[in-house]
Amino acid sequence: MIYAICFYLFATITVFSAIMVISSRNPVHSVLYLILAFFNSAGLFVLLGAEFIAMILVIVYVGAVAVLFMFVVMMLDIDYSELRKGFQKYLPIGGLIGLILLAELLLVGFGWGLSGPVTTDPATAIPALNEMSNTEAIGSLLYTKYAFLFQMAGLILLVAMIGAIVLTHRARPGVKKQNINDQVMRRRGDAYDIVKVKPGQGLG
Amino acid sequence: MNELLLEYLPILIFFFIAIILSCVFIVLPMMLVEQKPDTEKLSAYECGFEAFDSARKPFDVRFYLVAILFIIFDLEVAFLFPWAISLGEIGLFGFVSMMIFLGVLTIGFIYEWKKGALEWE
Amino acid sequence: MTETLLPDLAPAYGEIFMAIGAMALLMFGVFRGNKSTELVSLLTAAVMIVTLIITVTWNDTAVYTFENMFVVDRFTSFMKILVLVASALAVFMSMQYFKDEKEERFEYPILVLLATLGMMVMVSANDLMSLYMGLELQSLSLYVLASIRRDSELATEAGLKYFVLGALSSGILLFGSSLIYGFVGSTNFTVIGQTLSQASHGPDIGVIIGMVLVLAGLAFKISAVPFHMWTPDVYQGAPTPVTAFFAVAPKVAALALLVRVLYVPFGEMSESWTQVIVFMSLASMVLGSVAAVVQTNIKRLMAYSSIGHIGFALVGIAAGSQDGLRGLVIYMAIYLVMNVGTFACILAMRRKDGMVEDISDLAGLAQTRPAMAAALGIFMLSLAGIPPLAGFWGKWYVFKAVIATAVADPMATNYGLIMLAVIGVMASVVGAYYYLNIIKVMFFNEPEGEFILQKSRKLKAIMGVSAALMLLFLLPQINAPVLEYARMAAAALIS
Repeated sequence: MIYAICFYLFATITVFSAIMVISSRNPVHSVLYLILAFFNSAGLFVLLGAEFIAMILVIVYVGAVAVLFMFVVMMLDIDYSELRKGFQKYLPIGGLIGLILLAELLLVGFGWGLSGPVTTDPATAIPALNEMSNTEAIGSLLYTKYAFLFQMAGLILLVAMIGAIVLTHRARPGVKKQNINDQVMRRRGDAYDIVKVKPGQGLG
Repeated sequence: MNELLLEYLPILIFFFIAIILSCVFIVLPMMLVEQKPDTEKLSAYECGFEAFDSARKPFDVRFYLVAILFIIFDLEVAFLFPWAISLGEIGLFGFVSMMIFLGVLTIGFIYEWKKGALEWE
Repeated sequence: MTETLLPDLAPAYGEIFMAIGAMALLMFGVFRGNKSTELVSLLTAAVMIVTLIITVTWNDTAVYTFENMFVVDRFTSFMKILVLVASALAVFMSMQYFKDEKEERFEYPILVLLATLGMMVMVSANDLMSLYMGLELQSLSLYVLASIRRDSELATEAGLKYFVLGALSSGILLFGSSLIYGFVGSTNFTVIGQTLSQASHGPDIGVIIGMVLVLAGLAFKISAVPFHMWTPDVYQGAPTPVTAFFAVAPKVAALALLVRVLYVPFGEMSESWTQVIVFMSLASMVLGSVAAVVQTNIKRLMAYSSIGHIGFALVGIAAGSQDGLRGLVIYMAIYLVMNVGTFACILAMRRKDGMVEDISDLAGLAQTRPAMAAALGIFMLSLAGIPPLAGFWGKWYVFKAVIATAVADPMATNYGLIMLAVIGVMASVVGAYYYLNIIKVMFFNEPEGEFILQKSRKLKAIMGVSAALMLLFLLPQINAPVLEYARMAAAALIS
């Protein structure tokens, strides 16, 4: 009972906020609705028993990705009325594509209903939750059985790091920085010179 | 399944209390308080000054660099949780696997450091 | 939970070496700064060549490792050789360019290396997950490469366009993969193939939709029509050496992946995908030929040319036979040499005040730089498919295979394939117009300005060797090993 209420609550809010993401006029509101959608999807994942994914959704998507979106939205100087102009023009074609995708999804749904599951042997069934928690089940596969994919993920993150720096980092010349090593290594003689000035001649 | 969800019951209760309270805080003033908005009241509050500027000023791209580097390390840490839980069963192979992964990202970190991407000015 | 044993690393030695090499070079570069770019480029090429040697010496039957997610056989070896050669040449060709533009950045060769690593994984992928990881490693590096000259507006636009559309296509591919997993219950190519062949009834509609979505995602990567929109803008906007890299290596890798996806997991569903491939092939050939006619920028022209050539290569898949696959493999090998040579010429189009890239700038090249004009002329004739140059033989093998398939069918239901061959030949005639137009401009128009003499011996050597290969492909000494290796590669997938 409570399970069903929670499911419908989370699902409704997810769908509603997803619609608001694309239809609200202010991009900042869109990002906030996106965060709401992420939170509610996390709730749905918890209901499925997929705790780890739920928490990752909160930590990574809400905590980092949505914040980055916010940055991007604020970084761009967007003229909101200008953005809306194309809407009417592209509505027919966009609507058509949406309808086609919807039709495909429905077909898939029907296909499922008509043919029944093809699978007789799913590759790796998740262990029952009372035997092993979801996070542990992921951990027991990810680092050994799927080590190859795991290392590839590491390399992709490395490329992302290099890419972000290559594209946005600029070495700024002429910036004065505190160099502690220089400060400590400085000797008395580096700081000043004693010059004997003859009277009446100046330093010339 | 239900045992797992029962663990989340306090959060659910908390969640409902939050929703109810925030609704109350919005609805009650609407009914009780007399509202007389004027331009001065509705303008942005900037420590008593007149608002200097639009809030929509483009950010420096350096904020973005910091944010994206944060996401990358955030993801790296996300990989550590299941590893920490299951380290007992996955043995030496799992341990080495994670060490290689961390090694790759440490290379990235050294690159970042030497490039000066972590310095502000 | 049983303890998983250490996987067999031997088949992936090449990839592991590349990954370690890339990280070592990254450290070397960051400690030495941008002045070490030339050395890093040379070392990158050296890493690729060592990987090439590792790949060549692996001459075994199919070996699976990493829980069957990674496969090495003769087909992957051949495709990896093509990818590595193309990438190494792209790095060589880029060195002079970045030096002249004073844009030397040591990250450039390292990103090329990491992209190439992604391509190697793509070629060897035997699982939807390793497919995706390889594809993402490659694409992410390519997005950065496209806009590596971040102060150029065109390059930034190219990178952004490529990224947005690329992300969309990755999303489509993932959606398709999830449908396939949902309906079949496995992501492994071999297991999917077995499950589908054992199913009592035909494939489910969900599997078909999933497969078509995966196909669409991959079609984007090889820029087959109707997923080609990004190609001309990215080719034009990206710095020329990056375009030279984009034109060959990623195409070869994505095509190899496409072939494996079609033949291993979905071999049972060939009727379903043949229509899609025939359509993409037809549309690419026609659009590649027709749209190129009005181009004035040579990099844009090469973009349309590559769309057209992918169409011709897809004819080999449409044939559905071992000969067709062999034709495709030969086609890609020849395409590599033609394109590398052409881009070496484009990179040599430099006047005193910088790079030029309009076709009209080539006017009178035959008088000012006769050797370069001769080389470019050979490449154009070869791209057009004029016998006896190599480009003709590439087309010859794919069309021969597709007609053989069409004729061999006793029910004669394959009108589509015959039509494909006829329209393909017609498109290649139309395409010949713009290739010949370039030759006309070079040989018969009055010169307007002179290109400065290339200091780089590397470009000259690449031009010379590729032109010679194009001319001499007819010699059995040159074509016999290619044909033989291509046959073995095709036999690894279709027996």
